[in-house]
Amino acid sequence: MTTTQEPPALAIQAASEPSAGPQRPRRKRTPATWVRGGGLSTLLFLLPMLFVFGIFSWSPIVQSLVMSLQKTNLLTPATFVGLDNFANVLADPLLGRAVVNTLYFAGLALVFGFPLPILLAVLMSEVKRGKGLYSALAYLPVVIPPVVAVLLWRFFFDASPNGVFNSILGWVGIPPQSWLQSAETAMPSLVLEATWAAAGGSIIIYLAALLSVPPELYDAAEVDGATVWHKIWHVTLPQLRGVLFIMLILQVIGTAQVFLEPYLFTGGGPNNSTITVLLLIYKYAFQNSLGGNYGEATALSVMLAVVLGILSFLYFTVTNRWSQS
Amino acid sequence: MKSPGKVALAGFSALAIAATLAGCSAGGGSGKLELRVGTFPAGADPAAYEAFEKQEADFEKANPTIDVIGEEYEWKGPTFAVQLAGGSLPDVFTVPFTEAKTLLENGQLADVTKQVEDLGYADKFNPVILEGVQDNDGKIYGFPRQAYAMGLHYNRELFTAAGLDPDKPPTTWDEVRAAAKTISEKTGKAGFATMTFNNTGGWQLTAQTVARGGRTQVDNGDGTYTETIDNEGTKAALQFLHELRWEDNSMGSNFLLDWGTINQEFAAGNVGMYTGGSDVYTALVRDFSTEPDIYGLAVIPNEGDDPGTLGGGDIAVVSPTATEEEKEAGAKWIDYYYMQRLLDEKAAKFDAKTLADSDQAVGTPVLPVLDPETEEQRVGWIEKYINVPRDQMTSFIDNIGTQLPVGEPKGKTQEIYALLDAVVQAVLTDEDADIDALLEQANKDAQAILDAK
Repeated sequence: MTTTQEPPALAIQAASEPSAGPQRPRRKRTPATWVRGGGLSTLLFLLPMLFVFGIFSWSPIVQSLVMSLQKTNLLTPATFVGLDNFANVLADPLLGRAVVNTLYFAGLALVFGFPLPILLAVLMSEVKRGKGLYSALAYLPVVIPPVVAVLLWRFFFDASPNGVFNSILGWVGIPPQSWLQSAETAMPSLVLEATWAAAGGSIIIYLAALLSVPPELYDAAEVDGATVWHKIWHVTLPQLRGVLFIMLILQVIGTAQVFLEPYLFTGGGPNNSTITVLLLIYKYAFQNSLGGNYGEATALSVMLAVVLGILSFLYFTVTNRWSQS
Repeated sequence: MKSPGKVALAGFSALAIAATLAGCSAGGGSGKLELRVGTFPAGADPAAYEAFEKQEADFEKANPTIDVIGEEYEWKGPTFAVQLAGGSLPDVFTVPFTEAKTLLENGQLADVTKQVEDLGYADKFNPVILEGVQDNDGKIYGFPRQAYAMGLHYNRELFTAAGLDPDKPPTTWDEVRAAAKTISEKTGKAGFATMTFNNTGGWQLTAQTVARGGRTQVDNGDGTYTETIDNEGTKAALQFLHELRWEDNSMGSNFLLDWGTINQEFAAGNVGMYTGGSDVYTALVRDFSTEPDIYGLAVIPNEGDDPGTLGGGDIAVVSPTATEEEKEAGAKWIDYYYMQRLLDEKAAKFDAKTLADSDQAVGTPVLPVLDPETEEQRVGWIEKYINVPRDQMTSFIDNIGTQLPVGEPKGKTQEIYALLDAVVQAVLTDEDADIDALLEQANKDAQAILDAK
């Protein structure tokens, strides 16, 4: 193995700038040169993947775009209705409620669910012995099938004084809470379960990212007399910035599509206090059990996808600017 | 770099995938007409399969040109829509009454008027029930095969524990309230519970409305409907729930219950009384392990002007994609499998014996889909196989005949039930819920659903 003579940063720069260096007259690309250069075998090699990807990934997306402009029950011939489905969805009084609820869920999940895994990962990375055990314990909720987790948490959220949480509260003299049975507490309860269910996955990612932080930085900080808090603030978090940005946008997209918890715990109740956009989409498509509103369901899906797409674009633009500044 | 090996590999993988995707082929034929019939719920008892085989063989002997293929099928809202759209439904299947009107309006059911008339019992059906499967021109789109009336289910054990007489269930709503309060105070369990979500809240509110003489929808007879959700019956029903919940605290602590969970709670002994279909005993014992001894059934109390009991049930239908030949065969099977057990002594006894042999309920009180005389005759035939504790259901059996059966609202039934779920939930979870305002809003929203094209 040979060692490179150049510093790595320069090597990267040189590689990323093909125009630098001795200029050679570029040959004109013709189909013949493309074939000779291995273009055909590349295309043939790519073809199966493009085919499978096109059929299973992109054709449903295109199909749902088409369906959002149709009135169809998928049995009798579909009729083209233009933007009527979009207009119907936008006129639905439940939509506003669903959007507000989804934002509420996302906000709560962000406030409680986002910092918690970071905190736990940082703490766990400080543990010297039994790190594997802690990681396994933290990851366990992710392994439990979501439906089982919901069944389990139903016992925790039991609103009678004998419910698990209410019993615990009873020990310290707090009266039983309604949990899922009241419009005020239902959504925070769902966030609690969702945070529990998802934290393990994030913790593992943060733990892996923490491993890539060069120990010299901590050593240098210690030499400068930094406290633990200083080290976290000035070394760990800046080093994790890239991962944090990605995790944040993934969490925003994930929470905007929350479905399982409200569907299984409350069905959107009580009094529509936990109906979310995705649950509303589900209800359009399946509530009347005859699939009469597939068009409206896909119209709302398309709108959600567009909003999330714009959000992701803005987010990456802004965070790119931050990381460059 | 170009390599013949790479090109060959790429070409091969493309071919392999294309071949896999194209790997569907048409099944071979035996020369007979294959009729796929939905009949077993998933995970059905082996005895059910055995019984089906006997009936299948018997039918095929009489109809040598038809090959019946039994398939797993159970009507479930969301999966039904997908099956329907995906074309994976059997040729013959069953759907609830509430779906019939929308399905037939959507062209999703086959017209079987000719077949029903040919079989000669079109005029034997209970007219209230038959109307549910007819369009405005009187064409018939299915065979009503079983029906139920709404009843008041009660836990005899909790009645006894609370010092109430389990043989004298409440007959008025005031008595229901008093009993619920006593049960709650004496046992700590919910005296009365009601379903609230997955469209069941609206369903039960409608039932409790009808029992007080109210109606939530008027059929204008021209394919349009007018909502009347803000009627006195519905108001009284919600007021009743509000009082039980907030004044008496006799509804326990769980207000998110649907058909499955309320039955589960009842089976676990946590619910004193609830309203629901009279035929639920079969599911309570078979699927929820309810002890037969604790079960009691009474009629739902009727009060006010023109009260009644909400009926429901299911109909056997033929797939709209069936050919004329398959339709004929489907009607023959429905007649043999579902209808003859109501009409013919031999078939009725065979059916009852088969069910009894596999420990399934025989003799659960139902609402006759045919005329009362035919139903009485059937009960007489199967008397010796009856295994449900009918003496614990006497209050229902003795009085159901005097109650007026009322069909479920037909316009956008499930969507409006879903809308009413939120109203019931609001009353049970918000002490300050304004019932009048809730009903006014629900009425407006429901009418908008009906008017939407």
